[in-house]
Amino acid sequence: MKLIYLDNAATTAVDKTVITAMEPYFDNDYGNPSEWHSSGRMAKIAVEESRNKIAKFLGSNPDEIVFTSCATESINLSHKGLVEAVSSDFKPGSKPNVVVTPIEHKAVLETCRHMEEKGEITVTYLPIDKYGLVNPEDIVIAIKPDTILVSVMYVNNEIGTVEPVAKIGDTIRKINKSGREHRIFFHTDATQAIQYLNCRVNFLGIDFLSFTGHKIYAPKGIGVLYVRQSTPLIRQSDGGDQERGLRAGTEDVPYIVGLGRAVEIAKRTRLSVLPKISRLRKRLMKGLLAIPGVKLTGHPVKRAPHIASFTVSGAEGEAMVLLLSDMGIIASSGSACTSARLTASHVLTAIGVSAETSHGSLRFSLGKETTESEIDEVIKKLPKVITKLRDMSPLTKL
Amino acid sequence: MTNNPFSQIYSDEVMDHIRKPRNMGYITHPDGEAMIGNPVCGDIMKFYIKVSQIDGEYYIKDIKFQTLGCGAAIATSSMMTVLVKGKSFKEAAKVSKRTIVTALKGLPKAKIHCSVLADEALKKAIKNFKSKIKK
Repeated sequence: MKLIYLDNAATTAVDKTVITAMEPYFDNDYGNPSEWHSSGRMAKIAVEESRNKIAKFLGSNPDEIVFTSCATESINLSHKGLVEAVSSDFKPGSKPNVVVTPIEHKAVLETCRHMEEKGEITVTYLPIDKYGLVNPEDIVIAIKPDTILVSVMYVNNEIGTVEPVAKIGDTIRKINKSGREHRIFFHTDATQAIQYLNCRVNFLGIDFLSFTGHKIYAPKGIGVLYVRQSTPLIRQSDGGDQERGLRAGTEDVPYIVGLGRAVEIAKRTRLSVLPKISRLRKRLMKGLLAIPGVKLTGHPVKRAPHIASFTVSGAEGEAMVLLLSDMGIIASSGSACTSARLTASHVLTAIGVSAETSHGSLRFSLGKETTESEIDEVIKKLPKVITKLRDMSPLTKL
Repeated sequence: MTNNPFSQIYSDEVMDHIRKPRNMGYITHPDGEAMIGNPVCGDIMKFYIKVSQIDGEYYIKDIKFQTLGCGAAIATSSMMTVLVKGKSFKEAAKVSKRTIVTALKGLPKAKIHCSVLADEALKKAIKNFKSKIKK
């Protein structure tokens, strides 16, 4: 049975041409890029070629690209590294403030919580509406004299809502121009946006951008942090001088090459893939929202093309995921039962979904290989799963 | 498949009970019934029992369950009914959370506290039966 894989927001397959591009760097051109001999030189060239591709894609300079192991590491580096770099600008008794949305990925929220607990920063949470949208005007209200960083994700991974990052960037630029003691830097987590939305750094007006390879058909274990020139940053892993002294440790040459290739493919295929995925996602939403008790989470229009997310009444998310996967359909849930801590999704809680309702959360995320017949299969089979679970429930009827 | 009780994946036995829950449904005129859990915490299960009396001892002649919850909640309810159906109250009382988890070849640790409510639900159903016969 061929799987209908609709969990591309969790991870994608690695593109065959990405694997091909990576292969020579495991056992042929396997030198250490820090070495001056021919083997090292080949590896160094490969790393820098990939850096150029990614810089071109983001509209940045190559020396603004730092390779990391994943978006989580990128975020730890930008947030902790910036706070460390600017902390000496603060007088005793005052500390840097970081502004975030309550629906950021845990990589952002936990990094900020950690620094807050250590007494290094204060954290301000932006208000959001029931779709998870930030109002750029609320940024103006949230920002304090001590604010040094605003971190707003581009696309929410659970509910697909697209944040007005470029508008926020514009707002922050204006605030910075008005003259402040502490400049505000702007970070966006572009993990779910990178292959479908405009991620050019000057369009967005950002100082930091993070993303990872394994959502865009590169392998797991490779990420990027874009750092705008002359942004204060202290590295968070000490050692050698790799990555312009911002991330010590021997470069993961094959994975860096793979990521460069994946970004190249994303750029080339965006125009053909995006309308197709968008159309299929709308078809899926229409089909599933016709089922009684199924509601959309996130914004109805301002959504990433690939994420369709719902709550289903009277059926628990993990149980739906398990029964769907038995039918060859791979989906995901933010139900408390699916989390290691057994707590309701912080995203659904923040947009006002009750604990009771969030137990029935279900997300489908499409990929470039998704077909119309697969979508129709899900529309046909999900009602069977829901009926089976509702029939099993003591609350449904007697 | 691993039998490690701290595994983060469901055993084949758990998956089998999720796919084919045993004794799922309800009894129209039960001798005892009980519901446990609440919608906010996520897992809710209801047990129905039919009781027979042989030589002065009570037996669970029939048992059915309904569950709204995750895979672990479904599988443990289902396994519970298998373990106690036809058993005397005395024998049924010996079935603990641990017995259910062992019979299912393990459960992820967090699920043991959260989702295994079946032992309490059965106790409550038996109590309900006893309170009825006193009247």
